[in-house]
Amino acid sequence: MNFLSLFVLIPLLMLLGLWLAKGVKAVRGVMVVGSSLLLVLAVYLTVDFIAQRAGGNTAEMLYQASFTWFEPLNISYRVGVDGISVSMLLLSAVIVFTGTFVSWKLSPNLKDYFLWFTLLSMGVFGFFISIDMFMMFMFYEIALIPMYLLIGVWGTGHKEYSAMKLTLMLMGGSAFLMLGIFGIFYDAGGNTMNILDIANHTGGASPIEFGRQCIWFPLTFVGFGVLGALFPFHTWSPDGHASAPTAVSMLHAGVLMKLGGYGCFRIAIFLLPEAANELNWIFLILTGISVVYGAMSACVQTDLKYINAYSSVSHCGLVLFGILMLTTTSTTGAVLQMLSHGLMTALFFALIGMIYGRTHTRDVTLMKGLMQIMPFLGVCFVLAGLANLGLPGLSGFVAEMSIFVGSFQNADTFHRVLTIMSTCSIVVAAVYILRMVGRMLYGVCTDEHHLHLTDATWEERLAVICLIVCIAGIGCFPSWISNLISDSVAPIIESVKQVGPIVSSCNPFM
Amino acid sequence: MDYSQFLNMAPELSLLAVILILFVADLFMCTDRKSGRGILNTPLPVILLTVHTLLCVAPLIANCQYSVVNGEAFGGMYVSSAMALVVKAVLNVGTIIVFLTAHEWLKQPEMANKQGEYYILTLFTLLGMYFMISAGHFLMFFIGLELASVPMTALIAYSKRSQESAEAAAKYILTALFSSGLMLYGISLIYGTTGTLYFDKVAPMLADGSMVTLAALVLFIGGIGFKISLVPFHLWTADAYQGAPTAVTSYLSVISKGAAAFVLFVVLTKVFAPVIEQANVLFFWIIVFSITLANIFAVRQNNLKRFMAFSAISQAGYLVLGVMGATPQGLTAIVYYLLVYMAANLGVFLIISITEQRSGKILISDYDGYYRTNPKLAFLMTLCLFSLAGIPPFAGFFSKFFMFMAAFKAGFVVLVLIALVNTVISLYYYLLIVKAMYIKPNDNPIAPFKSDGYTRTGLALCIAGVVLIGIISWFYAYIDQFAFGL
Repeated sequence: MNFLSLFVLIPLLMLLGLWLAKGVKAVRGVMVVGSSLLLVLAVYLTVDFIAQRAGGNTAEMLYQASFTWFEPLNISYRVGVDGISVSMLLLSAVIVFTGTFVSWKLSPNLKDYFLWFTLLSMGVFGFFISIDMFMMFMFYEIALIPMYLLIGVWGTGHKEYSAMKLTLMLMGGSAFLMLGIFGIFYDAGGNTMNILDIANHTGGASPIEFGRQCIWFPLTFVGFGVLGALFPFHTWSPDGHASAPTAVSMLHAGVLMKLGGYGCFRIAIFLLPEAANELNWIFLILTGISVVYGAMSACVQTDLKYINAYSSVSHCGLVLFGILMLTTTSTTGAVLQMLSHGLMTALFFALIGMIYGRTHTRDVTLMKGLMQIMPFLGVCFVLAGLANLGLPGLSGFVAEMSIFVGSFQNADTFHRVLTIMSTCSIVVAAVYILRMVGRMLYGVCTDEHHLHLTDATWEERLAVICLIVCIAGIGCFPSWISNLISDSVAPIIESVKQVGPIVSSCNPFM
Repeated sequence: MDYSQFLNMAPELSLLAVILILFVADLFMCTDRKSGRGILNTPLPVILLTVHTLLCVAPLIANCQYSVVNGEAFGGMYVSSAMALVVKAVLNVGTIIVFLTAHEWLKQPEMANKQGEYYILTLFTLLGMYFMISAGHFLMFFIGLELASVPMTALIAYSKRSQESAEAAAKYILTALFSSGLMLYGISLIYGTTGTLYFDKVAPMLADGSMVTLAALVLFIGGIGFKISLVPFHLWTADAYQGAPTAVTSYLSVISKGAAAFVLFVVLTKVFAPVIEQANVLFFWIIVFSITLANIFAVRQNNLKRFMAFSAISQAGYLVLGVMGATPQGLTAIVYYLLVYMAANLGVFLIISITEQRSGKILISDYDGYYRTNPKLAFLMTLCLFSLAGIPPFAGFFSKFFMFMAAFKAGFVVLVLIALVNTVISLYYYLLIVKAMYIKPNDNPIAPFKSDGYTRTGLALCIAGVVLIGIISWFYAYIDQFAFGL
């Protein structure tokens, strides 16, 4: 029994436990035990992984295990992790842990809610540990579908519309993705679904022709890109986030959207390197639009969740932007950005949920002077905002800095102009964050209903503090995590760069 | 004459024995009219059919050399193969679940004195499908097809006092006759060009690919397309599904469709191999229209049985996707898809049926708020619908993935893309039901009720199938090993 499989097994046992659990207390108990175990496991994995790397283990993927699943079709159960997946697993474990506490008092049907919640997290964990394309795709879809019910049943506002839109757009993306996976599988010889084998042309996999790569690259990139809020396909995200219950927004923006960036890197770029070099300019332009447009849209919103959702579009755009720049620094920055955005957006959504639970409004214009009434939540909200706009000492700064520095390493005009344009988003972020914080928290409270509100309860404080510690931890001591990531990013970027220069023959801007 | 060749027909003979036993039992075992209970009501047929299924699969399990089950009777008119045996076993299991579905409906006082006929008629259609599956000769095939169609009409018209039921039966029999006529004409064309009707002897003589051969192919597809309810031969489906008693509808939607899809594959590879290119072009458009049109119509339905009819047409399109390219992988995908589809679809019908019996409600809008009153049934229904839509970790995901994989490998990339886009549309309308049950408020929801033991057993079987058939790879591998022999 491989210990990575525990990441799938524990949620499975949690599902079983939830199914058998009677009463709210038992349900909460199962969730707390399960999510703590997952967190401990993820921390242990990180520590052990760093120790192994320090001990000189340079294998591409550690803790690999594989056994044949569908033999006639060459599909196997294969797991393995590198630095990127380790950091993603850690992120997911933190978010699931805090998400449990944030949804402590949700009603009705807490049990069913946690059932779907756990199924979702099982999909997420499974996705990050798998290195077989079939498994990855399967877990990807497992993570998508519970969203429909989580938003539809426990959400607020236009929940039916948002849930349906979100599910259909993401499933539409996965339809393209499936075709791309078939293409990669059969063009590489049809002998293995193992990502490492296909990338290294080992284990019966042959190189994929350039012309074919150029067909499958857009399919897989768009397929994952939909979840990563790639520009024309991002419209599910604001509606979905705004309607979802708090913990689901956290998990969705915090972890699920990372599946998109991770998948783009792991499948589209890693397996189709030549096409990635040739076609990345198209997607760079799209992600550039995501970055700036998302930030601009956030400026004109008045609903807290919409502000954060559009800011997520902008930040997730930066993830894809960093990956597509194809330098080690920018890609490391992109992975760091996934981590950082995951944590801070989860914090943001958690706080928004807590404030909404008290004031019953998310409209910025209707709130004033909340800092005096709930100082704890107010201070945390400011911290989350500062992390969001990239203040040094918090995680956002490290990530964005790496992305922009790395992007600027591409020495041609096209990439540099795009980089400069994207940096504008930082300024815009400062505008919407500071304006929101100023309006909401400071000044004198005029609404007398708000005067009698209480500050955070213990489980809320636990969740929020946990997230803030992580954000500040990455911000103050970024080197351990960025080394962990760049060690794994470097060989992949090297192999992509090997196949040719980044100069693309079909790019009219170069 | 060598009588041992009858042993090759063991499944048919044992099914015939089951039918005869039920015939006799029907005479002697009277039913208590008041409670509607009697030994004939479900236990006897289910037990007999289970024993029969076990007898069927015994040679598959007992022998490691599967060639033992390959044989023929009557000079090649009847051909038995391991894969045919697997399909028969699958159909048997489906029929057992259908019988479990029918229990509540047959318990009604007005049905009390015609329970026996229900089982016997159903089993006769099953026998017809057996002969269809194992046919090695066009006439044997045609007799099987007719035996599977005609008793079906009586079943659809089973609710004597329901006008809709009668209308459905009339539509069904007229379409069935018309498509039989088409098919017979196609067969006569084949006989005219080749002088024989044995599958293996016809194939070499069709090599020229003349117009007559193509005409025969088209007519044949017309006939079988009716059974599988592919567009444009689907027009009877919605009305027949709606009018027929729910237990019959569930039988109609899975069992008869599955048998026909398998036969279609067999005949295409054995007989029409020389014109397979042209057949692929035909099927390309048939599949595209079946999936797309059915999806578009399904979105607009409010009657759950009509909805399931259009869902079934679309699923049939996916099922026939395995025919493209006529590869062994495609055949495995068809049989596997059939098995998975059966579990999920019969599960949905079990719930529709029990809800209809208890509350008399059948509209999708009636299901608003179902989750509040009957959370367990709503949850199980959701699992089955997710499986139909192809959502992992349920079996439907695996069967769709493998089906698309087979078609992709055979080179039909555009077709796979169209089918994939359609899975999103189908997800939309399956989610509409989930939405009705979970999200929509309702002042007058279906009252809470307890389902009976038979329904629960059936549901347990279906849910086990939905959850396990995909994850446990044994099923796929087991079916796959027989695919090459054909």
